[in-house]
Amino acid sequence: MTAVRNEIEAETDRAGDDPGPLPGAGAPHLPQQPDLVQLLTPEGERLEHPEYPLEVSDAELRGFYRDMVLVRRWDAEATALQRQGELGIWASLLGQEAAQLGAGRALQDGDMAFPTYREHGVAWARGVDPLHVMSLFRGVDNGGWHPRERGFALYTIVIGAQCLHATGYAMGVQRDGAESAVLAFLGDGATSQGEVNEAMVFAASFAAPVVFFCQNNQYAISVPLERQSKVPLYRRAAGFGFPGVRVDGNDVLAVLAVTRAALRAAREGQGPTFIEAFTYRMGAHTTSDDPTRYRLAHEVEEWKLRDPIARLKAYLSRSGLADAAFFDGVEAEADELAGRIRRGTVEMPDPPPTAMFDGVHAEMTPPLAAQRAAFEAYQASFEGGAA
Amino acid sequence: MTAELLEASPTRTLTIGKALNEGLRRAMEDDPTVVLMGEDIGRLGGVFRITDGLQKDFGEARVVDTPLAEAGIVGTAVGLAMRGYRPVVEIQFDGFVFPAYNQIVTQVAKLHARSRGTVPMPIVIRIPFGGGIGAVEHHSESPEAYFAHTPGLKVVAVSNPVDAYWGIQQAIACPDPVVFLEPKRRYWDKAPVDTAADPEPLFRARVVRGGDDVTVLAYGPMVKTALQAAEAAAEEGRSLEARRPAHPLAAGPRPGDRLGAPYRPLRRRARGAGDPRSRRGDRRPRDRGLLPLPGGPGAARRRLRRALPAVQARGGLPPRPRPGPGRHRPRDGVLR
Repeated sequence: MTAVRNEIEAETDRAGDDPGPLPGAGAPHLPQQPDLVQLLTPEGERLEHPEYPLEVSDAELRGFYRDMVLVRRWDAEATALQRQGELGIWASLLGQEAAQLGAGRALQDGDMAFPTYREHGVAWARGVDPLHVMSLFRGVDNGGWHPRERGFALYTIVIGAQCLHATGYAMGVQRDGAESAVLAFLGDGATSQGEVNEAMVFAASFAAPVVFFCQNNQYAISVPLERQSKVPLYRRAAGFGFPGVRVDGNDVLAVLAVTRAALRAAREGQGPTFIEAFTYRMGAHTTSDDPTRYRLAHEVEEWKLRDPIARLKAYLSRSGLADAAFFDGVEAEADELAGRIRRGTVEMPDPPPTAMFDGVHAEMTPPLAAQRAAFEAYQASFEGGAA
Repeated sequence: MTAELLEASPTRTLTIGKALNEGLRRAMEDDPTVVLMGEDIGRLGGVFRITDGLQKDFGEARVVDTPLAEAGIVGTAVGLAMRGYRPVVEIQFDGFVFPAYNQIVTQVAKLHARSRGTVPMPIVIRIPFGGGIGAVEHHSESPEAYFAHTPGLKVVAVSNPVDAYWGIQQAIACPDPVVFLEPKRRYWDKAPVDTAADPEPLFRARVVRGGDDVTVLAYGPMVKTALQAAEAAAEEGRSLEARRPAHPLAAGPRPGDRLGAPYRPLRRRARGAGDPRSRRGDRRPRDRGLLPLPGGPGAARRRLRRALPAVQARGGLPPRPRPGPGRHRPRDGVLR
């Protein structure tokens, strides 16, 4: 990581002289930059990177393929359930599977992740039951998992707020003397938020063991990256005083290697790192969005050629690490998972109306208790007296 | 009495500022997870010196001079609370709380409920509030209504050194987020504080002075003003009751929501000779609305109007502090 830091410093120096290509020059949505860390090409060719040697077993490689296929199937099922009126909304991760699984699997026990609302792949990697995530989008709960037990905070919808929580949590890790690290997720749009910038100031100032993992999926709903930043996002880190790295976000191996290295540096007391996972949101922002209004179809087609799952499948097939039976088995497992998610979602009970009073405080105040009692009595006054 | 005896005595005369300082110190001694965060609270001891000497004694990890960013202070406090700490953050002045408003309202207030109780949020947000020190804009605000109307927050204001000493400790011990308002114009008010006493509960209203004609509800710096008004009224033969609704604001105020007594709209009450309210001197306990007054609220307003100018004429109200440096008002206490 030290070498990486030196490289970043050198890069920062270069950036001082040469701001790089003008904004909008060329095709900014395509990963053509020489500074992009890549270990697996879109064609499924394995590369080596001098700064990021990666040791990964055959079983782990197959595991990544399985993870990504299952999560994509879950995502498709959720989109379908929304279309059928079973979910209020769904934020699709289509195309970002490698970024999320690579980052999620880089975490160790005792580490903590702070997600946005699209980190279904990270939730999967942390062992969160998909039905807990579904309950949030069905509107019957706000996420039922235990954040500390899962090492995965609740989804955060107010953009960027979780970056401060992650930094504060990391400051707590420091005070505990624990060998843990914290991974804060954010998107390209969030980099414009004041709170995200404050989080980076705090993290740098206290050398907090936190890694900012930015999935640059090129759009904040409809607004393209150029509106958020006139420099490549990873270069912003230099201004805060810590390294920034750009990684091919559709390459699960590169994401794993880069995130592992950053988390290790954080654990060793070297402070924060900013990772820009260069990826693409192949679907809509959410099921309420219409991306045909702001982007061209050919852009999506180009990115399909960089599909994170297809490239790993190509590599596994070509190198003989997996056969047809394996791929068929994963497909069958994905169908089974989709069925479980579908059944679990449609059978989810609505919470009782009194649930809105519970948990507002750890110690309920007398006025709130009185409100709850009055509301219960009101409900009981209806025929049948259902509370 | 020797100096040793004086030191050993549990009762000492403290200002509100010093009582808060001592209360914070005791909370930090009692609980190693208490962490203080804020702007200028370390080496300087805070612009009002409330945290004076604490960083020297507890170290920089527990009394943190933060970068100058209020959302950052509260947002990182959320993360520390998730990790098991009890952060006590200082917002330098009332008008500076708004950059942190998003974190307070969308995160601090909601996380306990959103997580079904699995994410604890024992954060204390200390805010010097109110006017009366001759400060410039953004330094003399009363933002409590915003927080009082936010479910999940508990909002309290202290009014004297005894409440300050115990209240800050009780707020820190509270498992819920507490917006803790400190009456900045009263920081230098003194009173004896018995540090060995059994404290009164923080979240309960209190009658500070009994009376029959008018009930005056006040919190924070206005409690003293209400007492002064009652004093002045007594000289004119009127009897004012002063109450401190201890958390007038916690969990949302409602008209007539006082002291745990059931709310009844005033207009539903029978009036007339049989109404106990019309008999001066009747001290029987009874349910009353917000302003249980003979003749109704209009008459009360007229009576108060009659009472208050008299106070001013006698010089009963404290002199308005002049702006500028004073012995107790550091110059940097007014402007950042």
